[in-house]
Amino acid sequence: MTLQAHQLSCIQGDRILFEELDFSVKAGELLLIEGQNGCGKTTLLKTLATIRQIDAGKILWNNQSITKLSDDYRDQLTWLGHLNGIKLDLTAAENLKISCTLNGLSVSDLAVMEALEEMGLYGYEDLPVRVLSQGQKRRTALAYLLLSQTLIWILDEPFVALDVKAVKLLQKVITKHVEQGGIVILTTHQEVGLDTGRIQRLRLTR
Amino acid sequence: MFKTYILILQRDLTLALRHKTEVLTTIFFFIIVISLFPLGVGIDKELLQKIAPGVAWIAALLASMLALERLFSSDYEDGTLEQMLLSPQPLFVIVLAKVSAHWLLTGLPLVLISPLVGLQYHLDFDRVIMMMLALLIGTPILSLLGAIGAALTLGLRGGGVLISLLLLPLYIPVLIYGAGVVVDSALFNNNTETYLSLLMGFLILSLVLSPWATAAALRIASE
Repeated sequence: MTLQAHQLSCIQGDRILFEELDFSVKAGELLLIEGQNGCGKTTLLKTLATIRQIDAGKILWNNQSITKLSDDYRDQLTWLGHLNGIKLDLTAAENLKISCTLNGLSVSDLAVMEALEEMGLYGYEDLPVRVLSQGQKRRTALAYLLLSQTLIWILDEPFVALDVKAVKLLQKVITKHVEQGGIVILTTHQEVGLDTGRIQRLRLTR
Repeated sequence: MFKTYILILQRDLTLALRHKTEVLTTIFFFIIVISLFPLGVGIDKELLQKIAPGVAWIAALLASMLALERLFSSDYEDGTLEQMLLSPQPLFVIVLAKVSAHWLLTGLPLVLISPLVGLQYHLDFDRVIMMMLALLIGTPILSLLGAIGAALTLGLRGGGVLISLLLLPLYIPVLIYGAGVVVDSALFNNNTETYLSLLMGFLILSLVLSPWATAAALRIASE
């Protein structure tokens, strides 16, 4: 279970964001991508999540190209970007249920409620997400991680807008996923207080 | 697969019901356009009967295009489209569900209120029925073709204008045959079958091809 990047480059317009990047992440590892603003962190994550096409080089999942694996690779993937990916006019519970069904998970209403409660959204589950605060919206999106059963998590700045308590909770969730043999790839400007599991750091420079 | 279809359909209908203005805009636009013509051209009964099918179809065509821009762009803006693209479900099923929702919200209401045209343009009962039938077959084509345009212009500034430029040429056959059904039913009596079969042919063709084309366009647009 390895995700490998081989000579990966990314070009935006006539600007090279990064070139000939090599790294590999094994199951039970966390890859932390660091770098200044505008150095291509999000672009790299989007490429890894197959949202963006690969400009040059290869990304391999278990030695097979992810472009070829296509849906088989996406099956293993959970992506959370800058955008929360939730509908503001739906309630937190409805949003979570849709995310689960869309990803082929059949969850009970009880499981949805428990996930939201764990994320500290007890009492807010039946309100349209529009009326919630920025942090609560983020929590709604993150609640899906509690139910997700995929191996690879790709998280773009997951700690943004969260309060101290929620940051701790998310750190716990990520640690647990890594300990259970998952792969987490994330960008953040905060220190990730992970106790166990191997952390790899990848620094993008301009 | 079927579960995904139902899920997305339900989602889009729920969203629309919590945002009624968008649905009502389409319907009122249709009503206003068809009501303006008799005021503009006068109350000559024969003239009104003659232009009725064309006016109804042009109004339906423009009304259906009004809501097109929002078909994918609201999902694009809040990131839910990204999640759909990454879900293991086949994308064309998701697209088909979204198009179905668009038709149920903008196409079907027009079919149902089209007898209003009959009242205003002195159409007899048979021709009203013909018009409803033609709209029933024709409006899904408008939604299906429209989805391609909406996906192609996703994320572009001024996409709204571009959609109409891209789509209006594609809408022309539907307009000709759709309006032809009603005109013909008056001229030759019961020679409408050809028009209806051609419309049906267009519907089947767009039903098969449009979701694939739209899905491909969405993948490109999300980059």
